[in-house]
Amino acid sequence: MVGARITVNGKETPISPAAPHTTVLDFLREQGFTGTKEGCAEGECGACSVLVARPGVDKPTDWVAVNACLVPAAALDGQEVVTSEGLATAGKPGTPPTLHPVQEEMAVRGGSQCGYCTPGFVCSMAAEYYRPGRCAHAEPAEGAESTEDAEHGPNGFDLHALSGNLCRCTGYRPIRDAAFAVGAPADEDPLARRREQSPPAAVATSYIQEGSAFLRKDTLAETLQVLRERPEAVVVAGSTDWGVEVNIRARRADCVVAIDRLPELRELKVGADAVEIGAALTLTEIERRLDGRVPLLAELFPQFASRLIRNGATLGGNLGTGSPIGDSPPVLLALEASLVLAGADGEREVPLADYFTGYRQSVRRPGELIRAVRVPLPLAPVTAFHKIAKRRFDDISSVAVAFALEIEDGAVRKARIGLGGVAATPIRALATEAALEGREWTAGTVEAAARVLRAQGTPMSDHRASAEYRAAMLGQSLLKLYAQTKEAVSS
Amino acid sequence: MSQLSERPEKPVVGVSMPHESASLHVTGTALYTDDLVHRTKDVLHAHPVQVMKAHGRITALRTGPALQVPGVVRVLTIEDVPGVNDAGMKHDEPLFPEEVMFHGHAVAWVLGETLEAARLGAAAVEVELEELPSVLTLKDAIATSSFHGINPVMTAGDTEAGFADSTHVFTGEFEFSGQEHFYLETHAALALVDENEQVFIQSSTQHPSETQEIVAHVLGLSSNEVTVQCLRMGGGFGGKEMQPHGFAAIAALGAKLTGRPVRLRLNRTQDMTMSGKRHGFHARWKIGFDAEGRIQALDATLTADGGWSLDLSEPVVARALCHIDNTYWIPHARVEGRIARTNSVSNTAFRGFGGPQGMIVIEDILGRVAPLLGLDPMELRERNFYRQGQTTPYGQPVTHPERISAVWEQVRANGGLADRKRQIAAFNAAHPHTKRALAVTGVKFGISFNLTAFNQAGALVLIYKDGSVLINHGGTEMGQGLHTKMLQVAATTLGIPLHRVRLAPTRTDKVPNTSATAASSGADLNGAAVKNACEQLRTRLLQVAATQLGAGAADVRIVEGIARALGSDQELAWDDLIRTAYIQRVQLSAAGFYRTEGLHWDVKKFQGSPFKYFSYGAAATEVEVDGFTGAYRIRRVDIVHDVGDSLSPMIDIGQVEGGFVQGAGWLTLEDLRWDTGDGPHRGRLLTQAASTYKLPSFSEMPEEFHVTLLENATEEGAVFGSKAVGEPPLMLAFSVREALRQAAAAFGPAGVSVDLASPATPEAVYWAVQAARGGEVRRDGRTFDTGGEPVRTTALSHA
Repeated sequence: MVGARITVNGKETPISPAAPHTTVLDFLREQGFTGTKEGCAEGECGACSVLVARPGVDKPTDWVAVNACLVPAAALDGQEVVTSEGLATAGKPGTPPTLHPVQEEMAVRGGSQCGYCTPGFVCSMAAEYYRPGRCAHAEPAEGAESTEDAEHGPNGFDLHALSGNLCRCTGYRPIRDAAFAVGAPADEDPLARRREQSPPAAVATSYIQEGSAFLRKDTLAETLQVLRERPEAVVVAGSTDWGVEVNIRARRADCVVAIDRLPELRELKVGADAVEIGAALTLTEIERRLDGRVPLLAELFPQFASRLIRNGATLGGNLGTGSPIGDSPPVLLALEASLVLAGADGEREVPLADYFTGYRQSVRRPGELIRAVRVPLPLAPVTAFHKIAKRRFDDISSVAVAFALEIEDGAVRKARIGLGGVAATPIRALATEAALEGREWTAGTVEAAARVLRAQGTPMSDHRASAEYRAAMLGQSLLKLYAQTKEAVSS
Repeated sequence: MSQLSERPEKPVVGVSMPHESASLHVTGTALYTDDLVHRTKDVLHAHPVQVMKAHGRITALRTGPALQVPGVVRVLTIEDVPGVNDAGMKHDEPLFPEEVMFHGHAVAWVLGETLEAARLGAAAVEVELEELPSVLTLKDAIATSSFHGINPVMTAGDTEAGFADSTHVFTGEFEFSGQEHFYLETHAALALVDENEQVFIQSSTQHPSETQEIVAHVLGLSSNEVTVQCLRMGGGFGGKEMQPHGFAAIAALGAKLTGRPVRLRLNRTQDMTMSGKRHGFHARWKIGFDAEGRIQALDATLTADGGWSLDLSEPVVARALCHIDNTYWIPHARVEGRIARTNSVSNTAFRGFGGPQGMIVIEDILGRVAPLLGLDPMELRERNFYRQGQTTPYGQPVTHPERISAVWEQVRANGGLADRKRQIAAFNAAHPHTKRALAVTGVKFGISFNLTAFNQAGALVLIYKDGSVLINHGGTEMGQGLHTKMLQVAATTLGIPLHRVRLAPTRTDKVPNTSATAASSGADLNGAAVKNACEQLRTRLLQVAATQLGAGAADVRIVEGIARALGSDQELAWDDLIRTAYIQRVQLSAAGFYRTEGLHWDVKKFQGSPFKYFSYGAAATEVEVDGFTGAYRIRRVDIVHDVGDSLSPMIDIGQVEGGFVQGAGWLTLEDLRWDTGDGPHRGRLLTQAASTYKLPSFSEMPEEFHVTLLENATEEGAVFGSKAVGEPPLMLAFSVREALRQAAAAFGPAGVSVDLASPATPEAVYWAVQAARGGEVRRDGRTFDTGGEPVRTTALSHA
């Protein structure tokens, strides 16, 4: 049997003797790829960003940037990784390497000062450089409409690609200049060509060291069987939550089971009465494959953590951890989504509104997995997601409010409001919904309903925000939505 | 023009170029201290034993259980120190404490074969503690008179007479937060005993000489037995000026005791909970204005949160006092400084070093009183600018005061401010829920270490027979581009192309007794020392060339690597010149030295001329505030900054932009919160990770960002006419804070003074908006369930 191995910059490297909890970051550094840096070890700074070859959305393979500090090395068994060292083309001995176009732009424009965050920025930028959807804009045809705005360059570069990378030196301007200056990849660019071939297949993995195991099975049935035998096993997809537990809270597990490549959890179906989203699709995949089909989700994604996290994180994970401050539950509550839970004995469907039972508790039984999220159709026409946080990119919500309203002939026919950060679980604002439904969509109704909304839940004071601000923001979010709907009408 | 500031023909200084390590940075091949572990054999890993209580006496420390953990090699405790058990320069910072002074204080260190083993070992060490009462907040420290260190008072003129002459007198209080450095590279050291029995330490330090000194006294060695090298740092910002010493000493002690290399690298949470930060301050003030809004008198008391030990708190407070005037003439002043002793990390240097904390007080006052004086804040600021012949409250004449208005006027013109103010007024009239505002603030920052002795530097320049040049100097590279500038200085002085010069990593065995790379002085001091060494070499080489070219040495120039005599076509290439010099037995190495002339400082009287010169700048910032939430965006920033004649324009612009955004982070987003309640976690830093302590990210960068360097700005007193740049631009970010204040005010009626907490988080801005509207007032905006958080601002009263 071939041992677990990762192809790093084109060279196959055995993972052994790393421990099963060893991160890709530590594995790479141990191998001498010290360009990959640890800045925070919790997926916040991006100094450890590396490129991974993944099944593509528009091409067979995508180069996707992820936080190497969060992903166990064993999770990349059989996969291909490229680091900042691997982006440059080695020169003859004694001569400097040829810089990758992204590296060249970063270097000549002053995009590095201390240089510590730079390799991570380079990898995140390279992923966006190779994104097929961007390349179409990279050399726009004469007279083509520019897609440029504050967050998108004339070359189609989406700055959100760098939302998970922190720089403490530059103030970002030269990095933005570099990002907005890169062109389209050359035809002979090996990483561009790699996109045209099949992605590395998922590899069944049983990586065991000193009694601790990292397991990946080929099918859902086999995975459920493992979970039945080892109900204490930690289930990971992108490991964006578990990686933090391992690094920051020093948690260790005897058994970790990866589910992110199970085909049964990676389907996306748009039917007549529902959109069914596989629980192990990454948020980036959902965002690109839905392409605005569910506007409330489209509004959520850019505000959900960072691109580096969305490249690993899944809806299954966000719902599975049951955090009261996850950003997807308020949105999915407003959308009246339900969850398809799969167990060794079969499947059942649970409305999300009935799913959470307490702080990080749910009706999901040991051994059950979230297989898919179902969003019923048709969608409410008026939707909004208001995330209150200190920082616009990559922050945790103080409170989050999602609205899905049906307003017909000036009256609210139906209102669904999901709240995060105001209770031990994400909740529906039922009293506020009642205060809106059947009433005229007027300032008077909205102000009265905002007062109700302000009193929903029991927000706490902590280092993110005071309880008073949280409560105020609930009401303000409804007032803001009202103002926006009126502006939309008047403009 | 002075010899120091004069530039020769075709200088390499002044040429815009990227960082000298840019290609290494982007390819991930630039090495930092912890990257060396993988190249070193048999390394042991160190992990701290942190005690999670704010204050207490250690009654027992049992290391036995740790030694049972597989892979644990040794536990370092106070018993192991052969020399002095102290990690600071004030002898108030025991390396191994017997009393836990703050939540997270490390009391012992475990060495393991792996970091995992060391971590498990540290968790197994048993510490018993007799808990003691703790002082956590500035408010409590002031109430209980918990102070340490100096208590300077700066006086100028007659304050009482000044108030008597004032038409308007205001009093107020203001408390503002500190700031975590959050250099991307956490503290790191790698120590070994080398083949020559020398203790050799790779350290991420801004002050290698002091790291060396402290390692030597901890180990009971002489400085000549200890060498410290700093390859480069992944950011420093002042956080690696004093703080690395103890970590280096632990690694060195471990290496000495085990005979194996020891690596110490803090993870982010350890770094944030154990190392000092920018001092938060409390200010109480009284200010008087005449009928035209000119400041007559200021009486203020500034109290810095020093934390548990003094560290650099004394000079930080001194610099705060020296910068409370900023660009404004205060004829009568009495300003007192105090250092609170609290049970928290020992606060330390951070870019600006007290300067920002002094300046924010006067900028906050002006922002708050402008509406009450019926003046536009820009107008109020302009009326108070220093004019020719005026001196600071500490008695230093303000040189080039005309540059204060020069950069100000240029920023107004560059930013098209007149038009934009009209556009903003129109926008605000049309948008009830969104308001914009534009604010301009300036900066005057004194350059030199306040302590005169530190204003010296050395360099060692070597020319090899093949004509290649190797330079060593005492400064460290932390991303600020010092090494790039030093290469440019050497190439310019010698008259050779840049690629012939290489720079060696900073080491204490090349240049001794160096000062910290701090106080923005790195290029001024080390540049002058490098220049001095190169001038010695050039003088010798010109003599050699003169003989070869048959001319007088005074008539020979070396330009772009070719020596020529004036009026002659004969050329002598650099390589030939060097070979000839070697054969003629001319010394091809030189030690350079520089001391800043003309400084004097009377610590007791708090008077003198501590600064060689002042750096000036002005920034105009436009923000947009969402009235529903207090969330905001920085729409546009225009800056004009005085760096003298830039040594390296791309580097300098990078410093201006980066400093500005870092300052904006301090003032808006970065929110240090401690558990100040009486629960079991009293004293714990609540924002101890990147997930809870938010730095500016791409979403906070100004959408439009224009930085211009002031032209024709030669500084006679500095190397090649340049000025320091590291710290001053950070303080341009006051324009962000003042713009937010003005935008909040725009939601309410005119003429209302708006208090704004610092940091001005969206929540703080929301409460400011509510207050301006005359609605829901929640002045502190800061109380939380663990209780006891100080009220950030108090009502300004019209006395």
